[in-house]
Amino acid sequence: MNGDNRAVVAEALVHTYGPDESSGVTALSGVDLEIKRGEFVCIIGPNGSGKSTLARHLNALLLPTSGRVLVFGMDTRDERNLWEIRRTAGMVFQNPDNQMVATVVEEDVAFGPENLGIKPEEIRQRVSDALKAVGMEDFSRASPHFLSGGQKQRVAIAGVLAMMPSVIVLDEPTAMLDPKGRKEVMETLARLNKEKGITVVHITHHMDEAVHADRVIVMYEGKVVLSGPPTEVFSKTEDLAKWGLDVPFVARLGDMLRKSGFEVSRSALTVEEMVDELCRLSSST
Amino acid sequence: MIRGVIIGQYYPVRSTVHSMDPRAKILIATIFMVVLFVGNNFYCFLAMGLFAVLAVVLSKVPWHVVIRTVRPMLFILIFTLVLHLFLTPGPVLFRMGPVTATWSGLVQGLFIGTRLVILIMFTSLLTLTTSPVELTDGLEDVLRPFSRLGVPHHELAMMMTIALRFIPTLLEEADRIMKAQMARGADFQSGNMLNRARNLAPLLVPLFVSAFRRADELALAMEARCYRGGEGRTRMKKLEMHRADYVGILLVVLASVLVVYLRIKFGPVIRGTV
Amino acid sequence: MPIELQHVTYDYMPGTPSQVRALDDVCMTIQDGEFLGLIGPTGSGKSTLIQHLNGLLVPTSGRVLVDGLDTRAKGADLRRLRQKVGLVFQYPEDQVFEETVYEDIAFGPKNLGVPAEEIEERVREAMALVGLPDSLMKRSPFELSGGQLRRVALAGVLAMRPEVLVLDEPTAGLDPLGKREILGHIRRLHERGLTVVMVSHNMEEVARLADRLVVLDHGRIVLSGTPREVFAQGELLESIGLDIPDVTKMMRELRKRGWPVRTDVLTLEEAYEEISRYLAGTKAGGVR
Ligand SMILES: Nc1ncnc2c1ncn2[C@@H]1O[C@H](COP(=O)(O)OP(=O)(O)OP(=O)(O)O)[C@@H](O)[C@H]1O
Ligand SMILES: Nc1ncnc2c1ncn2[C@@H]1O[C@H](COP(=O)(O)OP(=O)(O)OP(=O)(O)O)[C@@H](O)[C@H]1O
Ligand SMILES: [Mg+2]
Ligand SMILES: [Mg+2]
Repeated sequence: MNGDNRAVVAEALVHTYGPDESSGVTALSGVDLEIKRGEFVCIIGPNGSGKSTLARHLNALLLPTSGRVLVFGMDTRDERNLWEIRRTAGMVFQNPDNQMVATVVEEDVAFGPENLGIKPEEIRQRVSDALKAVGMEDFSRASPHFLSGGQKQRVAIAGVLAMMPSVIVLDEPTAMLDPKGRKEVMETLARLNKEKGITVVHITHHMDEAVHADRVIVMYEGKVVLSGPPTEVFSKTEDLAKWGLDVPFVARLGDMLRKSGFEVSRSALTVEEMVDELCRLSSST
Repeated sequence: MIRGVIIGQYYPVRSTVHSMDPRAKILIATIFMVVLFVGNNFYCFLAMGLFAVLAVVLSKVPWHVVIRTVRPMLFILIFTLVLHLFLTPGPVLFRMGPVTATWSGLVQGLFIGTRLVILIMFTSLLTLTTSPVELTDGLEDVLRPFSRLGVPHHELAMMMTIALRFIPTLLEEADRIMKAQMARGADFQSGNMLNRARNLAPLLVPLFVSAFRRADELALAMEARCYRGGEGRTRMKKLEMHRADYVGILLVVLASVLVVYLRIKFGPVIRGTV
Repeated sequence: MPIELQHVTYDYMPGTPSQVRALDDVCMTIQDGEFLGLIGPTGSGKSTLIQHLNGLLVPTSGRVLVDGLDTRAKGADLRRLRQKVGLVFQYPEDQVFEETVYEDIAFGPKNLGVPAEEIEERVREAMALVGLPDSLMKRSPFELSGGQLRRVALAGVLAMRPEVLVLDEPTAGLDPLGKREILGHIRRLHERGLTVVMVSHNMEEVARLADRLVVLDHGRIVLSGTPREVFAQGELLESIGLDIPDVTKMMRELRKRGWPVRTDVLTLEEAYEEISRYLAGTKAGGVR
């Protein structure tokens, strides 16, 4: 493992649901993937392209039909690694209501560490640290039922953080949230990635959430069809449309302007970046 | 509307009773209930009543909240009273058509009624001062000795926690699905019993589907957070008995002794009954 | 068939300590044939408001008149009302329960007492309207994809042949393609003459589709007008926690940096024209 800076590796990963390969649904058909430590990766792709199936391989909720998955060097097929893998790779799901176990926020956050058999005093410390990290410390005694969607998801993230993971995998955590909730979750993730160096694998249908990632991975029909920095991925407008995906508005505007001969940089993907770019352009010589 | 009812049972204030160990509270409530049935005259109830009043005062739960918990049982109370009033033989109090009310009936009815009121009030106090989580934690621990007899105490407690967690969600969902079907012209109110039962399919089928999906996702989420049953699992909150808990248990024991004494001294409220 | 809300106030759990005022003195009229967008932050009362439009909720005080008929009136024909005002809830796929797609779409018309011969015709028509192929008719709804199931639920309401279609966040949780398809069908329904009321958190969507927007905050109407008028009030919208479309945001920002561009821009094309027109007159354009 020494010198290995890869957080997650998938090699020729195939997954078939159902009894056998002939009658089942092949959700992943040969995925090769490497995610570096500390990287912030977004996975996009249309419904049914295998994103959730891939995500569930990253903490051994599913095992490969063939090929293999390594999480910080641990092979998920090895039974002995199971709990260490699940601790190392935390998972957050789409529906905030369906992943909370307890009726009090802090009890829910404590659930993971409790399962790991950690001493009570340390659990308490971890819970309060985790809630602080997601900005929910004022709600530690609240009932999850009374929280907004964004707050619930932040509690879910805290629940994972309390297990001290090295990578967090989030399966469409913002799909059921309103814009404010989405922003809360995205800011939390960015902070955890930057300040704690946690590797983030974020699955989303919102293209504007992908523009800040270090890398965007596009899945289509059980395969990784494209992978690269956002600027590169979102310049492939036609390919993305073919796969039923959107391009952020700013990228499309950049495209149109470039076609008319203005030299707008491809790296401008957010409103702020585009405004800066346009101002630079208008005043440059 | 549903949100309030279920979670509203717990009354969150800081008090001696709130901060007691749930196991002590469960123990006290159990002893109290047994003793309540040992008591066979009003002197016994006076003692128990005073004990209950003391508990309510210490708990800082306002009286109207405590009394409100009795209200749903009002019907049963009146029913009991009336039943005893008319069905107990004894000296005539008054006649109403074919039936006769008796003095012994009145006394007997009041006796049973008082017992019920004290019982309800005291048990509600347990849920009013103990959060659902504490209650399940306490129960898990209290049931632990029975695990040798094959009682899955950890699993029972986990199930109870999860049920408590999901009841409000499912009720809200039921409300939402019902409205959605009404928007499609469904009718849940009219028709005879058979029709009504049949008309519930549009409500129950989606509700079951969603409950199963939730359960499935929850199981996955629990597994992802390393859940593997009770073994090797620790708890953040270690239950600890403090002075207040021992004092409380001591008090309820003293009250029990007093009640037994009063029972022997004054005998049953009406000769020939318990 | 106009719908009129007169001083509508609605309280959840009235008379209890947890009473919530979800609507507060709301007055508005929904005109025939319009496409009304309803926006507002979480908990502002949008879902509560639309449930008043077909009598699922009735005002605590005030009146709702549908085609002149008070929804609170004794003996009001609620079933007829719910036929005329079709309400599609958020995540409508959760209400699907029959064994086949056909049966499920037929549920509404059956409840209305539509004769058997006509039901099939209505189901086919509704499926066509949302772009579901006939081949799915005998399939179990639980085998369909998310986007297809959403369309089945929508068809279930359309089969009642409503005059007003009310939708609560119809694109929530769909992938980009699914979103685009559903919005396309809604737009076409509107073009066929249906009055549409749509709740949405997506400002780009409503800006593009709606004729008129109503903004709710804390149960009150704080703003209403054409999308252009409404999104011109950027500060107000931001103060209640709402976004403005990225296009508009960008134009406002450029304006702040001294560009002489319009800020009431709602589409990519408009923005492109404004920007390229200005750039062409600057050095960047001169270089070409
Ligand atoms: N439990 C299962 N049993 C059988 N087939 C399944 C199961 N889960 C998923 N599939 C199938 O596997 C394929 C990939 O599904 P997956 O859920 O991974 O896609 P996804 O990219 O996450 O889609 P979405 O955007 O809808 O979440 C789909 O064709 C799906 O129908
Ligand atoms: N069944 C209910 N019981 C009690 N209060 C409710 C109920 N439904 C909604 N409320 C409350 O009424 C207010 C308005 O809620 P409503 O659901 O209408 O908002 P909304 O604008 O649709 O929000 P969202 O964008 O989250 O869907 C909120 O404060 C909410 O908490
Ligand atoms: Mg998925
Ligand atoms: Mg709503």
